[in-house]
Amino acid sequence: MQRVVITGAGTVNPLGHDVAQTFDAFREGRCAIGPMDIRDVDRLTVRIGAQVRDWRAEDHFDARQIALYDRSTQFAVVAAAQAVAQSGLRFDDDDLALRAGVVLGTAGGGLTTTDDNYRAVYEERKDRVHPLVVPRLMNSASTSHLSMIHGLKGPAFSISTACASSNHAMGLAFQMVRSGAAPVMLTGGTEAMLCFGGIKAWEGLRVMARDACRPFSINRSGMVQGEGAAIFVFEARDHALARGADILAEVAGFGMSSDAGDIVMPSQDGAMRVMRQALADAAMDPREVGYINAHGTGTAANDRIESAALMEVFGGDPPPVSSTKSMHGHLIGGTGAVELLAVLLALREGIIAPTLGFLGRDPDCPLDVVANAARRSRVDAALTNAFSFGGLNAVLALRRA
Amino acid sequence: MNSLADTVIAILAEQALLTPSDVSRDQSLADLGLDSLGLVEAVFAIEEAFDIQVPFNANEPGRGEFDISTVGAIIDGVQGLVAQKAA
Repeated sequence: MQRVVITGAGTVNPLGHDVAQTFDAFREGRCAIGPMDIRDVDRLTVRIGAQVRDWRAEDHFDARQIALYDRSTQFAVVAAAQAVAQSGLRFDDDDLALRAGVVLGTAGGGLTTTDDNYRAVYEERKDRVHPLVVPRLMNSASTSHLSMIHGLKGPAFSISTACASSNHAMGLAFQMVRSGAAPVMLTGGTEAMLCFGGIKAWEGLRVMARDACRPFSINRSGMVQGEGAAIFVFEARDHALARGADILAEVAGFGMSSDAGDIVMPSQDGAMRVMRQALADAAMDPREVGYINAHGTGTAANDRIESAALMEVFGGDPPPVSSTKSMHGHLIGGTGAVELLAVLLALREGIIAPTLGFLGRDPDCPLDVVANAARRSRVDAALTNAFSFGGLNAVLALRRA
Repeated sequence: MNSLADTVIAILAEQALLTPSDVSRDQSLADLGLDSLGLVEAVFAIEEAFDIQVPFNANEPGRGEFDISTVGAIIDGVQGLVAQKAA
C-alpha cells in the first residue's frame, strides 16, 4: 500500500481564479454570492448565485479551443494547468505517462452547452446546431481534455454522484494511487450550472435561499448555487519524496456509503456511517480531527441531520466545523474539490475558513461553528463531507504533511 | 369560490393518494400524509392551475408568508393570491 499525498492544486471558482486568491478570500471571509448576471435572469425567482466573475475565455484559449470547451471544461483545464505546474511533474516519460490518469467529478457536465443548444432549436427554431455540441456537452469531456493536454494515458473516467461527485472522484483517485494502480492521478471536479435552465430546475425544488447561504444558522433559508473547478495532483508519497516535491497534505482515508433511503431527504445513519468509514480507513482517532469541512448546504434538513450525525460520531463534542458554501456557493458536482482547498488551508496554515452569514446558533445544530470570521487553530487532521441527493455519501480524511 | 376550493382539494388529494371526499378544510398536511416533496409538487400544481406564484420555501414551510397549517388555510391563501392577480 502506498501512502498518498497532494503535490499540486489549482482552481477557478467564484472566490478567485487561482489557489492564492481563494486562500485570501477564505482568510478574509469574503463572500462571492451576489446578483446573477445571466440571460433571462428576469424570468427566475432565484436571482442570486456565486458566479466566476471576470472570466474571459479568450485570455486562456484560442478560437478552436473555445469552440470545443464548455464553460465547465474551461474551468477544469485552467485549474489543472495550475495544479500540474505546482507539482513540477512532467508526463513526457513513458513509464509515468502510461500509468498516470484522471478522474473528475461533475453533475451537469456541459450543461451550459446543452442549455444554449436547446434554446437554439426549441426557442429560436433553428434546425442546425454547432458540430461540436456532443463533444462539448458530454460529462466526460473535461476528463478527456486533461488527459490529452497533459499526455496522461492511464485510467481516466468521470464520476457523477450529484453533490458528492468530486469527493467520490478524489476518493477513487486516492484508492488507485494507494493500491499502486497509478503513481499519479489528476483529480477534483468541475461544474458550470449557472445558466437559465440549470437554475430554473433548482428553483422548482424550492430549497433555494433568496438572500444568503447561512449554513447551521438560525433563520437559514436554503442553498445558493456556485460554479467553478478545483483540480489536484494526487501522488504516491514515495514517488513525490524521490523527486523532492513539495507535499501539500496527505490523503489518509476515504469512506463511501449509501442511505438507501430517499431521493432528496438526507439520512443521519448514512452520514454517520460514511464519516466512521473515512476515519477507520485512515486509522484516525476522532480526537485527532481538528477541523471538519461540512457539507453544510444551508437547507433546514441537511444542516440539522449533518449536525446530529457529527454529534454522534464525535461523542457529543465535534471539532470546529465550517461550511465554505456560504462564500463560494454550492458548486454541486464540483463542490467537494473547492472545499478541499479550505482543508489544505487549515492543515498548512492553521487557518479555518469561516461560515459566513451566521446569525446565531440553531438548537438543532449544536456545533462549534467557525462563524463569520476565520479562526486560527492548529489542525493536524481534517474531514471533508459530501452528501448527495439520492443518499450517495463520500468523505475524505486528510493529515498535515 | 367552490370551484377554487375544489381544485385545491383535488390537487392535495392527488398528491396524498386520497379521494377528494376524504379531504376537509380542517385537516393538516400531516393528517393527509403529505411529505415535503409531495407538498412541493402540490404547490407547483396550484401555481400551474391558477397561474399564480405561491411564496413558499421548503426550508421554512411553517414560517413563510403562505400559511400551510391546514387545507382551509391553503385554500384561503390561494384565494388571496388569485384576487391579488385580478386586482
